[in-house]
Parts: sequence; C-alpha cells; structure tokens
Amino acid sequence: MAQSTMLEGIRQALFEEMERDPAVVALGEDIGVYGGAFKVTEGLLAKYGPERVIDTPIAETAIVGAACGMSFMGLRPVAEMQFIDFIACCFNQVTNFVAKSHYLWGAPVPIVLRGPSGGGVHGGPFHSANPEMYFVHTPGLKVVYPSTAYDAKGLLKSAIRDNNPVLFFEHKFLYRRIKEELPTEDYTVPIGKAAVRREGTDLTILSYAAMAHTSMEAAAKLAQEGIEAEVIDLRTLLPLDSETILSSLKKTNKLLVVHEDTRTGGIAGEIAALVCEGAFEDLDGPIVRVTALDTPVPYAPTLEERFLPNTEKVVAAARELAKY
Amino acid sequence: MSGPATREQLTREQHLDLYYYMQLNRQLEERMVRLFRQNKIVGGLYSSLGQEAVSVGTAYALEKRDWLAPMIRNIGALLVKGVPPRDIFTQHMAKYTSPTKGKDGTSHFGDLKVRHIVSPISMLGDLIPVMTGVGMAGRYLGQKIVAMTWIGDGGSSTGAFHEGMGLAASQRAPFVLIVENNQWAYSTPVSRQVPVKNLADRAVAYGVKSATVDGNDVVAVYRAAKEAVDECRAGRGPWMIEVKTMRMKGHAQHDPAEYVPEEMFAYWKARDPIARYEKFLTESKTWDAKTKSEIDARIERELDAEQKFAEESPMPPPEFAEEGVYCDGCHTIEAEWQRPKSEVTPPRASVEAAWKVEGFGGFEDSIEGVKATSGASAGKANSGAGNGSKANGSAEKSAPAKRVEEKAKALAAKAEPERTPFGRGPKGKQGKR
Repeated sequence: MAQSTMLEGIRQALFEEMERDPAVVALGEDIGVYGGAFKVTEGLLAKYGPERVIDTPIAETAIVGAACGMSFMGLRPVAEMQFIDFIACCFNQVTNFVAKSHYLWGAPVPIVLRGPSGGGVHGGPFHSANPEMYFVHTPGLKVVYPSTAYDAKGLLKSAIRDNNPVLFFEHKFLYRRIKEELPTEDYTVPIGKAAVRREGTDLTILSYAAMAHTSMEAAAKLAQEGIEAEVIDLRTLLPLDSETILSSLKKTNKLLVVHEDTRTGGIAGEIAALVCEGAFEDLDGPIVRVTALDTPVPYAPTLEERFLPNTEKVVAAARELAKY
Repeated sequence: MSGPATREQLTREQHLDLYYYMQLNRQLEERMVRLFRQNKIVGGLYSSLGQEAVSVGTAYALEKRDWLAPMIRNIGALLVKGVPPRDIFTQHMAKYTSPTKGKDGTSHFGDLKVRHIVSPISMLGDLIPVMTGVGMAGRYLGQKIVAMTWIGDGGSSTGAFHEGMGLAASQRAPFVLIVENNQWAYSTPVSRQVPVKNLADRAVAYGVKSATVDGNDVVAVYRAAKEAVDECRAGRGPWMIEVKTMRMKGHAQHDPAEYVPEEMFAYWKARDPIARYEKFLTESKTWDAKTKSEIDARIERELDAEQKFAEESPMPPPEFAEEGVYCDGCHTIEAEWQRPKSEVTPPRASVEAAWKVEGFGGFEDSIEGVKATSGASAGKANSGAGNGSKANGSAEKSAPAKRVEEKAKALAAKAEPERTPFGRGPKGKQGKR
C-alpha cells in the first residue's frame, strides 16, 4: 500500500470529512485556487466548490470570526492560518469570543483552526513559531499537536467532529519528512490521549510534534548506553492526559520534558507542577527540561540550530538525569 | 425625515409596537438605575437613554428567522426580538435564573435556537465578522436570513470592524451593520476619532451600500433598516446604516459625562426620540391619550412582575463556576438545511478551479474608474462593488461612469457566460450553459 506523508494525511482528513458531512466548510487565505501555501487544501475547491472552500481576504480576525458565526448556524468550519504565527492577529477573537462562548452563554463553537507551525526550516522569526501555550492557557479551547501521519489524520477528523473549538498545529518540518501507511477505512484518534511511543524503565521523556521524533532518536542512542527511556508523545496539550503522564512517572521515577516551544511558560513547567502535585513521592530526581531558548526564532541556520533542541541535547540531559 | 424611500406603510399596530418597545426600553432602564443605586446591580450599568429609536427601529425591520447580535446599548433590540425584561434584570443582577446563569452580565447573552441572538463581547468590532459568518452560513444553508449587528462611532475604529466589512463585502454577505453614532466614545467625541462627516461615507471604500439617517426618528430608522434588510435578503448585501443619535448619559453609571457641553445635551433633549414619536402619534391621530395610558400601564404592570421575579431569584451556587467550559455533548449541533445538500456536494458542487480577472486590473480603466466613483456610486467595472445608496447622494451617472459601464458590458459580452468567478462552472459542462 502507498505511503502517506503527514501533509497527505491531513489533506485526506479534510476531503473525507467534507465528503462525509456537507456542514464541513473550509476558509482561509489562498486555500482555494492555489490550494494553500503548503498545498494542504489542493483540489478541495475543484471538488467541493466555492461555497464550501472560501478564499478570504488577508484578515485573520475576520476568518476566525466568520468561522465562529458559521458554527452558530450548525456548520463545522475549518479555518486555515497560512502560518500559525498569524494566529496572533486574531488572538482576541480566539481567546475572548470563541473560547468563552460555551462557558458564558452556552453556545458551542465547533470550529477547527489549523495551520503550519514550528521551526527547523529556516522560516525566520515570523514563520517558525510555536504559539501553542497562549492557547493552552485559555479555558474552552482544545489544543492538538500531532507528530505522525496517522495521528494527524485521525486527530483532525476528531477535531472536526468535536463540539468545541480545536486549535490544530501542523509541524511544517514533519509535513513531508515522515511517511507511513494509513488505513483505508475511516478512523479517528481521540483528543486528550497521549501515546506511549517507546516503553522504558529508567526515565520518561515527554514530548510532542517534531520533538517527539527527536526524543525517539535520543532514546535509541540512550539504549546503546544501557539507559532505557520511555517516550511519550502528548499529541494533545489541552486537555492534558495527566493519567498517562503520572502512570509512566510512577514506573520510571524520572522525568525529562522536551519541547520546541520556548522555555519560560512552556508546557514543561505545567507538567512539572502536575507531577509535583500528583506524584512527588515517586520522583527520584529533578524534573529536567530541554527546550528552545527564550528568544524569538532566529533566521540563520547556525542561530536556529542553537535555538532548537536536538538529539544531542536530549541525550546529554537524559544521561545526567539517569545518574540519580 | 431623511432615509431611503418608504417601501411600505406601517400599520397602526406596528406604529404602537414601536412606541411600546421604546417606552419599555426606557422604563426598564430607569428601573435598573434605581436598582443600581440600591446596589442590586452587580457590575456596571450602561444607559441607552436617547438611543431607543435606534435599537427598536432597526430590530423591528428583522423577521423572526433573522439573526442579530446586540451591543451593550441595544436592549431595545433584544426586547423587539422577544427577550423578556426579566432576562435583562437577572443578567444585571447576576442571578442564577438569568440566561447566562450568572456567568456574564448586562446584555451579554444569546439564544441560538429560538430567538437567533448572538451574545456580544466587550471587545468592539468582533461581532462584525461573526455576523458576516452567520449570514454566509444562512445563505449556504438556503435559509434566506439576514444577520444584523451594531457598532458605535468608537468601535468603528477597530481592526475587526475593517476586517469584517472587507469580508462581508467580498462575500456579498446578507449582513446589515448599524453604525450607531452616539457622538461619544466614552469621553472622546467623534471628531477626534473619525475625520469624515458621515461615518457611512466609509461604506463606499468597501463597495458596500449605505445610508445615513436621523437616529432619533424611529420611523426613519425602521424604513432605512427595512430597505437594507430587504436588499440583503434579495442577495444585494451587505449594507451599512449610520444612525445619528446621542448618548444622553455617561459611558456608564459611574461617569457623569461632564465633558459633554451642556448645549449639546439641550440640543438632543429637544430631539428626544420618544417625545418626538409621541407627538407624531398624537398629531397623526394614530392614538389618543387613552391608548397611551393603556400602553404605559401595561408596561408598568409587566415590569413590576419581571423585576419582582428577578429580585426574588437566587444567585448561582458557587460550584457552578466549575461547569461548562467544554460542550461534552450537552448541545446537539445540527444545521437547518433549506436547500438540497446535493447542491453543495460533488458532482454538482465541483468547479474548474481557476480565477478569472476581469479587465486585468490595468491602469487605463482605473483612471476612468476613479472619476466614475468620485460620487458615492461605486465603480461599475468592478464586479465586486455595489452601488452607493440614494441617501449617500449618488447623483445621475456621470459621462465617464457611463463609458466605464459600456466598456464593462462589452467585456462581459466577449467573455463566456459564467455562474461563478471560478472558471466555467461544473466540470464536464463547460460551454453547455
């Protein structure tokens, strides 16, 4: 069977959901005739027409606002941010209107905001960001950040069918770099469930998105040194799967969190607090973080390399932690 | 009386309705001022004194199936839509019986299922794209609805305002924006915010039809809104209507509005919308003193009961704060289709994905186009733009405008007929229509 990239998995999810339910519509900048900046929506307009695949002005607040309004009418809009960095332009619409509607006045907002995120492709400071934590800090939203083609497809389908607003981060470094066979039949991956990618006993490495792959590479190297790391891919950042995190920690007693997001206010801090509250007695060492620097994402490859976590940095940190 | 030409005459009942809702709006708010002074209102209280004709006249132009999103001073619009006064009382008093069960105050509540109301938020302008989306979805589902929201002179400066108008215009959404010019954005006069005479003048720049009306004349407001709503329902939206009115109190109860010149209050007090309308009803013999006192007594009676209900209602239990962040299946989400789904699914929905750019955007046409649009009338060569409104002073078409129009017609005649701007329609049917 043919192998699908993560981008193809996302594209398949869009086609299949639009086929399944005419309440699903797509809107965004250049998503129609052009097929989106990364061609995720290529062919969508030709098949489903301009009423369902809407090229919008460059106006993120209008895109999200309109998606929200459409959802009040029973539609399930999928809005694309050309790059997820631009979600900053509609921060108010997302955090104050979309996120709060159900809690305040009982209006569910079944929309998906999706877009390419993350660094490692030399996109520079405005095309490489990981702004997920602004939204993890916003009650009412769900935040999903897959690392495999299978998960991306299954989670996007779940996101579209979810009655709540879901922010769907697509790591652009992974778009065409990973491939796997995808089932031909319809399937979903549940939102809010982490995946144990590798079983281990010596320490737990928690990660997501591109860093899940980095963590797996690090675990392979650590195994050569006799350190067996358990690797967990969070997949969903909000709501967080605290059960999987705590049960792994109870087994390994040591925790390393790896994320591509910047350090201060990254999810590692939240997870550290969660572990201190829920499994303090089980800890045999400090909770360690490997994260990006607390800087904007720099442009030059030498600088970006310094900025990002990588396998070597993860291995080094894990090696130290394993000594406890 | 300014405003677009009359489409239809109001019946006597409708005339009395307008009075009832305006007076209900005012009396309700006067009671809330008293409750505020008794510390029974939990948060702020915003007055629409002097602006009742705007809320009532515009909302009265909507049908039951239509959608609206009020602003803080549009309690009158909610009343017209059938919201009982108890909902306003309980919202302000943060009661568990309020539409938001105490989670938000003021007119911040909605009703998706029955009355088609979208809740406002305090960040101004965001409702413009939201209601554009409501209108677009309504059209998509074949519902023939119109979506309406309001924005103040102050809110018209926000980015969301412009983004929303741009999207509404490019989508030709069945959407009516009421620009409620009440002269003051908190303490800042219009002249320090927007250096144009009429806020509706901005509509031309979006290619949106508009009108400017006397916001203290409820019938003029209704007629303008009715024309806009009818136009939008007929597929000729969106519309922007500026209503000139005056905020007769401060921004909220705490604000004595000392920055407003006394003469300005006097000018507008002499134009009070309710007093003016009462005079009209009397002079036109639409009512007599007996009818008025009957309506006033009815309002008094209704408000007594509604206020009593609110005052006797409990506050929400503390643990309720933890509920409702997510919809965990507590709501069913279902679109109301009023057209065949087959129209929006393949093969009927399929198109050839290719842009067609009329006139190619060249400079030659733009020279004439600019001349042609120097009035309020928008460019004829631009298929995305509508015409300026009568009220906006579009005169007879100028000679260059006619030339542009002829040229556009000639271009169109040369081009293949098309249904959408996407190539030549459904795949496999090219050239058959």
